[in-house]
Amino acid sequence: MLDIINRLLGRESHSSRNVAKERLRLVLVHDRAGVSPELLQTLRVELIQVISNYMEIDEHSLEVSLDSSENQVALVANIPVKKMKRTVQTETA
Amino acid sequence: MGEVIVITSGKGGVGKTTTSANLGAGLASLGDKVCLIDADIGLRNLDVVMGLENRIVYDLVDVTSGNCSFRKAMIKDKRFENLFLMPAAQTKDKTAVSPEQMRALTEEIKSEFDYVIIDCPAGIEQGFRNAISGANQAIVVTTPEVSAVRDADRIIGLLEKEDLREPKLVINRMRYQMVKHGDMMSIDDIIDILAVDLLGVVPDDEQVVISTNRGEMVVMNDSSRSGQAYRNIVRRIKGEDIPMMNLEEEGGFFRKLRQIIGLK
Repeated sequence: MLDIINRLLGRESHSSRNVAKERLRLVLVHDRAGVSPELLQTLRVELIQVISNYMEIDEHSLEVSLDSSENQVALVANIPVKKMKRTVQTETA
Repeated sequence: MGEVIVITSGKGGVGKTTTSANLGAGLASLGDKVCLIDADIGLRNLDVVMGLENRIVYDLVDVTSGNCSFRKAMIKDKRFENLFLMPAAQTKDKTAVSPEQMRALTEEIKSEFDYVIIDCPAGIEQGFRNAISGANQAIVVTTPEVSAVRDADRIIGLLEKEDLREPKLVINRMRYQMVKHGDMMSIDDIIDILAVDLLGVVPDDEQVVISTNRGEMVVMNDSSRSGQAYRNIVRRIKGEDIPMMNLEEEGGFFRKLRQIIGLK
């Protein structure tokens, strides 16, 4: 009964049980991969540098994270593009 | 040749010592010859949990350093025909024993026992290395909390690296009502995350505290649910196929109780 009320109130996915599960899932992806937050931060900075050569991106909304499903770990980067550049400005160009 | 089982968890305070004492007593009550080793040197506790603290003369470090034989250091539990305790040293620290010494000791003991159960200290340092070095099976104890599950995951990884593959999980202090209300991770949630085999679930039970206060083991308490859970785990260790306890039972009982009270 309480479950039904919870579901009606939309509380189901915000229950502390689900919050715990989700937080654990994420922290274990990092623990298992042996990736430190510092490493991800460095990756993020370098990604911005490289991508900025090709397009204008929203650096502040850029998200880089590790995710896992089944036995695979994926690097997920969500990079909002503001504008494409007409010419490629690499260092050699 | 006996089985050497290490009881470990990573995190402290999840019930390693209580689990060790109850599984040891439970196995002994079924007729197996059991030696419990307290590997928590410097912070020994298995003796008080079992109510044997007044009978210690020699300890684990006396044995590994050659002061006495392991038979002399072992305390026989008078309540159980076949139960023995090898107490930890209280005044030394974890570096007083090496993994090689522990391996040699368990090798010697297991030739005379059906089960050798090692109560591992918290942490992943030398105490942990010592405790697992002679083991051929591992039981990981956790509770339904993020910190305990995270540490269990780390420990499972370390055990597998040390070739203690397929550790079995015991979930301790489960509160079914909280799970039902969405306020605690369920058994399935934890198993999904850790991807290991479940050996048993012990409900949160005041009887554990009461038994421990008296230096008794709840596994001998026929009317307690946690005692039943431990008895089931013991039989699973012995290879029996015992179904998990019915989780709805408790809710059903209390619901009925509430209905009765409500009617009055």
